[in-house]
Amino acid sequence: MTFRYLPTTEEDKKEMLDFLGVSSVDELFSDIPEEVRFQGMMKLDEALSEPDLVKFMSGLANKNANFTTHVNFLGAGTYQHYAPSTVNHMLLRGEFFTAYTPYQPEISQGELQAIFEFQTMVCELTGMEVANSSMYDGFTSMAEAAMMAAGHKGKKRVVVSKAVHPETRHVLSTYAYGQEVEVVEVDYTNEGVTDLDSLKVALQNDTAAVLVQYPNFFGSVEDLRALEEIVHAAGALLIVSANPVALGLLEAPGKLGADIVVGDMQPFGIPVSFGGPHCGYFATTSKLMRKMPGRIVGQTKDEDGKRGFVLTLQAREQHIRREKATSNICSNQALLALASSIALTGLGKQGVQEMAKMNVQKAYYAKQELAKVNGVEAVFEAPFFNEFVVKLPVSVSEANKVLLSKGIIGGYDLELAYPELYGHMLIAVTELRTKDEIDQLVKELEAIAHA
Amino acid sequence: MRNDKEKELIFEMSKPGRVAYSLPKNDVPEVDLSQLLPEHLTRKEAAELPEVSELQLVRHYTELSRRNHGIDNGFYPLGSCTMKYNPKVNEDMARLAGFAQVHPYQPEESVQGALELLYNLQGELAEITGMDAVTLQPAAGAAGEWTGLLLIRAYHESRGEKRTKVIVPNSAHGTNPASATIAGLETVTIPSDDRGLVDIEALRQAVGPDTAALMLTNPNTLGLFEEDIVEMAKIVHDAGGKLYYDGANANAILGIARPGDMGFDVVHLNLHKTFTGPHGGGGPGSGPVGVKKDLIPFLPKPMVAKKEDGSFTLDYNIPASIGRVKGFYGNFGILVRSYSYIRTMGPDGLLQVSENAVLNANYMMRKLAVAFELPFDRVCKHEFVLSGVRQKKQGVRTLDMAKRLLDFGYHPPTIYFPLIVEECLMIEPTETEAKETLDEFIEVLLQIARECEETPEIVQEAPHTTVVKRLDEATAARKPILRYQSDKAEK
Repeated sequence: MTFRYLPTTEEDKKEMLDFLGVSSVDELFSDIPEEVRFQGMMKLDEALSEPDLVKFMSGLANKNANFTTHVNFLGAGTYQHYAPSTVNHMLLRGEFFTAYTPYQPEISQGELQAIFEFQTMVCELTGMEVANSSMYDGFTSMAEAAMMAAGHKGKKRVVVSKAVHPETRHVLSTYAYGQEVEVVEVDYTNEGVTDLDSLKVALQNDTAAVLVQYPNFFGSVEDLRALEEIVHAAGALLIVSANPVALGLLEAPGKLGADIVVGDMQPFGIPVSFGGPHCGYFATTSKLMRKMPGRIVGQTKDEDGKRGFVLTLQAREQHIRREKATSNICSNQALLALASSIALTGLGKQGVQEMAKMNVQKAYYAKQELAKVNGVEAVFEAPFFNEFVVKLPVSVSEANKVLLSKGIIGGYDLELAYPELYGHMLIAVTELRTKDEIDQLVKELEAIAHA
Repeated sequence: MRNDKEKELIFEMSKPGRVAYSLPKNDVPEVDLSQLLPEHLTRKEAAELPEVSELQLVRHYTELSRRNHGIDNGFYPLGSCTMKYNPKVNEDMARLAGFAQVHPYQPEESVQGALELLYNLQGELAEITGMDAVTLQPAAGAAGEWTGLLLIRAYHESRGEKRTKVIVPNSAHGTNPASATIAGLETVTIPSDDRGLVDIEALRQAVGPDTAALMLTNPNTLGLFEEDIVEMAKIVHDAGGKLYYDGANANAILGIARPGDMGFDVVHLNLHKTFTGPHGGGGPGSGPVGVKKDLIPFLPKPMVAKKEDGSFTLDYNIPASIGRVKGFYGNFGILVRSYSYIRTMGPDGLLQVSENAVLNANYMMRKLAVAFELPFDRVCKHEFVLSGVRQKKQGVRTLDMAKRLLDFGYHPPTIYFPLIVEECLMIEPTETEAKETLDEFIEVLLQIARECEETPEIVQEAPHTTVVKRLDEATAARKPILRYQSDKAEK
């Protein structure tokens, strides 16, 4: 069979084999011991033609409810937002799309400049001094931040709020197992924010860092100013995971004393895509710059004095430092960082603020309307951004089954991660939800509550 | 070709009042935001983001793309990176609404197609590598290494053994020792012998009761197959250790030799290399990990499983699991692309991939050996290394030759890696390049070798045609400028 990705013809092959003085390709594998040579054909499905492939893959895709077939109110760490059409068109340019790590800066100035601009945008949003070129996702980015803090402080203990995304805490505990760092969790209050009194108690032991989320997993806005005082008084670093869309409206964590700000840029220009690939970001202070994980782009000049960009501070990285590197990260999420840069350029200074405000307005409307429903209770009274929690008289998984049949993807079932929160649904409302859609959700939940 | 103008930053193009977006109207009753959020948590100064029109945006990124080189532009023989063609149809598949517009927390019954795809891919990768089970969660190769080492550590601990040493050949990728460290293990480096293979006696000396694992790339980073692999596996297993396969070079062995059959216990694959995930300027990657039976209990959760009724589910019931290594279920969009690729090639296509990749590499190696030092004169696999020591005697370094290649529109090979070869050039052509392309590149590299003898300054001063000349990396690291500051902000 002839494959469209394989240009070597029989004639080519013959010429090359003749030149090499061997009679068959098989001779080129003579160094592989016979006992480990694979015999026969791998048991894989047969090759599909392009039209058959499209049909087959579309068949799988069509089995999934999605945002074009259903109205979505799920968030909980990854969100459906508006992305300008330009994002996809620009990032699909082969020069970006099919390049690798910009190790040869003279022919990678486009990628390097785009990442330099990305780093600038991350700094602007977070209020931090420096940012890297990306991490795998917001979850691993926070875990890496915790490990960096432990290394920097020389203390093998971090404290994390239970109002931080459960998957962040799971990933953190895996990293902590590897590096033998103790992870202590502190509870949340009836308001749905980190319990400051419990935090003070937890900080009585020597601690490298405190990890909080802003807004937190329940959608509530943590009071970073109050947290900062407590954390720094105990000599620990404050690590904040922030939803970048919220930073269009909320005070930048850097202005409130955060030492490391991490998160995921997914809301800006990156599809939810069943959970990835997304784009972790990582920002910190100049003081901690040389402890950062990951690739960093810096500005410099060429031999003629012209501005140019290069990968820099590489003495931190695995290909130079090997076992002494600050992290093992190599491939990152460069293409997604580009997507976010393009989305942030499209939305711009004004659009980011407008989008953030609209998220609050719509989420507030939804919460208010749901609170009016008999049997539905609005819980957690702290200020919130685009997510909030309501308590239903039935289990969320049951409610979601009904909602799905009505064309609605319902909110996140908090009981999955917090056994004490039976019937608690975390609902996300972004700028893409209309009043009609929200009213429809209210109506359906009312019916469920009264059934 | 050389453009003397500096490219403006997007921030330098901005003008208040210009936009490149279109948000829907707010159709709910407006509430005064100061009633909803406390003053001290409300932003005072807007983030200084760009303000440009849509066409300005398009021109900016188009211009940036023109200052970048990808596989779509030309040959990219970057060793160990497997810069093969990234098929266009895969992009269409990943963008189907049923994949791209699906939430990871949707009820399982509403994502059966996505779970089926993951289940099938787990099985196909297990077959390709000869392993018993595969997790798709790790985000990239290095994340796969770390995951695999944690699995090995958890396995030993479950048997009440404290094994802390990871043996790594000196030809290994830098991620290997770095991953060992963050998995809480120590690296023991062993030398290569004059064949370019692991020094088997050194391995025998290195193993012991503290050996957790041997990490090996096979073929190794010199492009050579570790032909003593069966004996090496026995040495490590006899000492109670496990064998870890770094799959960065898996493009050489598809359907030819499987890590599982060579004796490896854990394998990671780089889907963005062998299985055509887009390189994307350095990511996203995807680093699935395959294991043999005795390591299955420790796999990250969730795994994708098939129920008796034929439906698919996320299995969180893995009590001895090392836990999560990434959010959600891995880089799903990349998994879709790789699955699309595997379904396009089938078993015979994948076999041809490796055969052609190895044929191309051997052809280039022998053609270039007339002008460059060939440190290991034996059959290579999908890549090979040359040394620029002859050229160095003429005052030209490998770095110079790499820069000179830029003038001809090529991405240079990997240089100065592996560390054990002086003035190293590591060339990986891949199977997706036509013979004409290989011949043209060979011709250019031979021309550069002649230039080294006749007009070395042309090479030493290269590149001559790129948008910037060589950049001052020392100053960049000494006085880092990592973000744009407007003149206004600086004052």
